Amino acid sequence: MAGKFSSTLCNLLQRKLDPQLRARLEALPVKLNEFGVDTWGLDPEVIKATLPIAVFFYRRYFRVETVGIKNVPAGRALLIANHSGQIPIDGALIALSLLLEADPPRVVRSMVEKWVPTLPFVSWFFARCGQIVGTPENCRQLLENEELILVFPEGTRGISKPFSRRYQLQEFGQGFMRLALAARAPIVPVAVVGAEEQIINLADVKPLARLLGMPSLPLPVLAPLLGPLSMWPLPVKIRIFFGKPLYFSGHPDEEDEILEKKVQQVRHTIQRMLSDGLKVRRGVFF
Amino acid sequence: MKRQTEGKNQRRQQVLVAGISGNFGRLLTAGLHLDYAVIGLDQRPFTDRPRDVLLYQLDARRRKTEDIFRQHRPQALVHLGLFHRPVPGRNIYRELNVSGTVKLLELCLRYQVPKVVLLSTAAVYGPKADNPHFLTEDTPLMGSPDYPEINALIEWDMYAQSFFWKHPHIETVILRPAHVVGPNVRNAPSNYLRLRHPPVLLGFDPMIQLVHEEDLVQAVLLALRPGVRGIFNIAGAGQLPLSKILRELERRPLPIPHFASKPLQRQLWRLGLSKFPPGELVHLRYQCLIDDRLARQVLGYRPRFDLKQTIHSVEQPGFSALTMGTKMR
Repeated sequence: MAGKFSSTLCNLLQRKLDPQLRARLEALPVKLNEFGVDTWGLDPEVIKATLPIAVFFYRRYFRVETVGIKNVPAGRALLIANHSGQIPIDGALIALSLLLEADPPRVVRSMVEKWVPTLPFVSWFFARCGQIVGTPENCRQLLENEELILVFPEGTRGISKPFSRRYQLQEFGQGFMRLALAARAPIVPVAVVGAEEQIINLADVKPLARLLGMPSLPLPVLAPLLGPLSMWPLPVKIRIFFGKPLYFSGHPDEEDEILEKKVQQVRHTIQRMLSDGLKVRRGVFF
Repeated sequence: MKRQTEGKNQRRQQVLVAGISGNFGRLLTAGLHLDYAVIGLDQRPFTDRPRDVLLYQLDARRRKTEDIFRQHRPQALVHLGLFHRPVPGRNIYRELNVSGTVKLLELCLRYQVPKVVLLSTAAVYGPKADNPHFLTEDTPLMGSPDYPEINALIEWDMYAQSFFWKHPHIETVILRPAHVVGPNVRNAPSNYLRLRHPPVLLGFDPMIQLVHEEDLVQAVLLALRPGVRGIFNIAGAGQLPLSKILRELERRPLPIPHFASKPLQRQLWRLGLSKFPPGELVHLRYQCLIDDRLARQVLGYRPRFDLKQTIHSVEQPGFSALTMGTKMR
């Protein structure tokens, strides 16, 4: 019964899909088996069903503007972005921008936290949208298949930082650089401006987060007033800047210090893009 | 006269199959006994076996096992070790008969058996949240914290591995198939797919790989060829979400919240109302997909059954409806 219900729901939602969007979805370079899923579990039917809602948030709610999306090269590449906003909407918006605005449309595979597969519904939805657990093996194999990968090297350090440290990049992991060198994949720096203000976070409640088995637990400023609803993002204006691809060469198993220089180069590029992006905007909601 | 039998022996290699009387053993016999002289070893009876198949109905730990080696000098041992059907209240270690396996492998060494094929399972990698999407053969065997019984299987596989590394002159092949299903096998995954209302975990829909039983027979036959040595994952025609398999079979799944599922299943298992150990539930939550590129490259393994055929195979009639004769053809 549940299956029947969800398929009728899917049909209903898909009927409202605008033909242009449908054409973009059908142009996505994914290889599907006879059951309509790809090797990694991506199911375009699920994306189709949720796309109208996602597009509403992308175009109307956050009014996303992209700059330099043409910088994303064809074939394998790593999108390296700043992570912000307490809930990972930035990842979804970057993926949507490449689906809605890139020519030809691309599928973005983001490397998600290992916590995600333990969550009901979220694990299912993320997997059907082509999101993959961020293990080095997965990343390597996806790059070999000429896929576009989204990595937030700050991880939870970035997304759950308090409001006072907004737009300050946290420490970067080195994993992405090793993978880029091994696969000879270009790195596209991405800066997301605006998402920091979607939820104003006072502090990361670490002990409680650990108790609940969560990677972090934000304490939004509106929590005493709104309770759990304070995790609802404010309708901020979000701008996504895609920088020119960076090409690195070297051995993936190099010493940490040599690798760190390359990582810092990416980090500084994104930091610069962030401060440039902040100058452009007139306010949080414009 | 004597020379004739010797000539026959040269044409037909002697293969000792341990665990022959199970459903998969019977199926393997049908695929094996035309090209090989099959000797079976099992505690269980194998009544309707083909006439040219010898059966020793005994425990591998018994002294008499050595007589089989001394008398027949088998050129290969096929051990269907981890192919088991979970039974409530039975000790999995005893079911597995690890010490029986140890004994058989010792005898292989003493009687210089050149080929050993050991059937393990991909479950030894264990379904986990942080698994890479495709597990290769060199992945550490971590099992699953939610399924401690798997540790027995891991121990068996590790023992097989140490035998593989310690004795490079023996062509040891370890096969780790994904969930094996088919008309005949009666293991946990195939029994699960036969349920009209299979329980699922609410909000979880892992990707699943199924291997058709006949494809696994093919893999064993390929592993028996001379010159082949190694550890190989055996996956089927592909992977797909569990929900799609159940929809294809027109099942009506019963969603259960994941936190309630384990205590519930533990009670059902304890009371003997369910055929599935509570640990099996972890397969409905996390994925454990394997990469079988190595088997395709080295063994030349190609699944003959596509996804649809493999899924529907659980609904087909097994041996009970067919006689062995037509099956052997």
